[in-house]
Amino acid sequence: MAAAPESVQAVAEGLREVGYLPAQATALVSFLACKLGKPILVEGPAGVGKTELAKALSKVLDRRLVRLQCYEGLDEAKALYEWNYRKQLLRIQAEGRATGWDEVQDDIFSEEFLLSRPLMDAITSEQPIVLLIDEIDKTDQEFEAMLLELLSDFQISIPELGRVEARTHPVVLLTSNNSRELTEALKRRCLYLWLDYPQLEHELAIVRLHVPELQETVTRKLVEIIGMVRDLDLKKPPSIAESIDWARALLLLGAQDIDAAVFRETLSVIVKHRTDLDVVAERVGVKLDPAAGLAARSRA
Amino acid sequence: MPPVRAPEGAGPPGISARLVEFCEQLRREGVGSGTAELLDAFAVLAQITWTEPQDFREALAATLAKSQEDRRIFELVFERYFFRATEAAAIRENVRESNQTSGDLAELGEYIDFDELRRRIAAAMREGAEGTMRDLARLAIAAFGRQGEGSGVIGVDVQRIRRALGLRSEPQRDLPEDDPRRDGVPRDALRRFEALLRRELERGQIERTEKLPPSRPLNELDRALPSGPLQDLAAVHRVVAQLKRRLKTQGQENRGHSHHAHVDVRRTMRASLQTGGVPAQLRFKPVRPRRPEIYVLCDVSTSVTSASVFFLSVLHALHDSFRKMRSFVFIERISEVTDVFGRERDFRAVSEAIGRDAGVADISGYTDYGRVWSEFRTLVEDELHPRATVIVLGDARTNGRDPRADIFAQVASAAGRTFWLNPEPRLYWNYGDSVIATYERHCQAFECWTTGQLEDFVKALTRPVHAA
Repeated sequence: MAAAPESVQAVAEGLREVGYLPAQATALVSFLACKLGKPILVEGPAGVGKTELAKALSKVLDRRLVRLQCYEGLDEAKALYEWNYRKQLLRIQAEGRATGWDEVQDDIFSEEFLLSRPLMDAITSEQPIVLLIDEIDKTDQEFEAMLLELLSDFQISIPELGRVEARTHPVVLLTSNNSRELTEALKRRCLYLWLDYPQLEHELAIVRLHVPELQETVTRKLVEIIGMVRDLDLKKPPSIAESIDWARALLLLGAQDIDAAVFRETLSVIVKHRTDLDVVAERVGVKLDPAAGLAARSRA
Repeated sequence: MPPVRAPEGAGPPGISARLVEFCEQLRREGVGSGTAELLDAFAVLAQITWTEPQDFREALAATLAKSQEDRRIFELVFERYFFRATEAAAIRENVRESNQTSGDLAELGEYIDFDELRRRIAAAMREGAEGTMRDLARLAIAAFGRQGEGSGVIGVDVQRIRRALGLRSEPQRDLPEDDPRRDGVPRDALRRFEALLRRELERGQIERTEKLPPSRPLNELDRALPSGPLQDLAAVHRVVAQLKRRLKTQGQENRGHSHHAHVDVRRTMRASLQTGGVPAQLRFKPVRPRRPEIYVLCDVSTSVTSASVFFLSVLHALHDSFRKMRSFVFIERISEVTDVFGRERDFRAVSEAIGRDAGVADISGYTDYGRVWSEFRTLVEDELHPRATVIVLGDARTNGRDPRADIFAQVASAAGRTFWLNPEPRLYWNYGDSVIATYERHCQAFECWTTGQLEDFVKALTRPVHAA
């Protein structure tokens, strides 16, 4: 589907086809973003599929994905553009004395000497694209402010060149782990989508989609346990990615059921902190059937 | 409210006015949704079908509520506003539920087997089936309503019905084995059921009296997040963000400049020898890690228990804004907690972690300021410099111990500026074992127990007091 989607259902179905099961709100906001050409600010805990959403959208819309991974200290030279200093120098050197300074000056600040970085790349692309600005909360406020022009008008001002406007209208997603409050100015320009851990049935469907070989009963139990684990007060609650990893691990082990022993052995797949391990083993592990699965597993 | 003209194509007349009103109410509850957001809301509503209630709500939420806290308030205001708007429209248009049905319900009430009803409600709550619960709530009102007229106060009626149904969140062991209420019903399902009862009762009342009860702002209790002190957190964060800007313009936190690397001429020249003297390779001066600029000491002893939550939230907010800061908590001795804040982003997790493993040597539970100063001096002696700012959060109650103002004076003179935020009203200063006066000679002291006073502190910071 290359054209803009016609309805919320179309987006939802498209996302489902490429292996992303959206909640109702996710499909709706994605649809609105395509229609209105506004960026989406996606927030939520780690591992609920924020980045995946961008990838899936790029597949659904059949557009190239341009990704800018943010980190502390990211500046415009790395994100937008940079003058190719060496090439400019060579140009000046190669020039004979005959040419006037004005001519050279005009020349070395042309697009030929511009090194484009992801955001510039996104703006100048001939084909419509999906732009993903990942983990925007990791950058400084100054960088956020710089993005404002891009997000509202889809243009970049370069002092020496003037304005570069987008040739096509990109779909923009910004993700944030909510580690820092974003500025009001940025939020105002975006649609807001909060992705949370999915409901039980929804997560069941997601795990079944990714690991269809695992027995349905095991999958259901797995999702229920994950839900229990998330209710505990952990440093890092297991995300959807971890549920899927766990399902794959269980499949490899050939587990027919999740009992206390299997749970203990595979616990490290879903819980990633020393202190969390103890809490989970203590609070969830004991609720499981102590030995039933051992025999089944040894068969595998 | 000024009259609002409906924009082109925004739908049937009236909705735009409703939407503006709704937005107005959101603002009154503290959600910062501006005109830009409102225009966006109109734009999205043009794109969706309004017959899907969930789509309608989500589309509005995506444009109007841009954080999770805002979303919580949005949900509450949405419920309230559109419920009232619908009922108002129903009265105006004289739409009422046909008497036939309510008659049926009342009649049905005569035949309802109470035990069966109780069981079914409890079962629906365990499954969390919203639709079933709503139907059962109406049934319950019909069944219990006839036992006597309502008290006229909806809250009382809700509780009366709940008690009659025998719904409790704690397990009831005396009930038979197969009763779903035996293990207690889920607490949030119970709350939802009560909300449904309340709503149905309100609807009935509005239909009887044909007018809306007076509108009232959201209850503070409803708005507060389940965990208490977090409600203040946003306010504290705002003030601290302001503080950061102020400090920055004073040249205290000049981080902007370090973004641009400086060319190291010497090394560039040396590298240019390879290219025949043409500096084709630029060499930059390496960026040196800068020393922490802000030191915060926070008293967490029992005498400031009520204030320390506030202080911790100030500390938490400061950490969000300043990357270059070190923080300490103290009671009898001092303990650095910079890495706790680095590790934990969530306020609740932070306060728990500090309570658990901050390692404050807390033998008597009484603050020993003298000891704290000498330990603090040992810890940071080499790092204090005239551009550093020291902020102390504490009540200056020494429990009769030596205040050691001399060490404090040394710390204050080594640092550029020293501030003291005292959680007690100024009236109590220097009474009892409070020795704030001895410290005040070496620093600026502020009373600070509300976010408003925190803002005053921020304002005071901008006054050029330390011109020298």
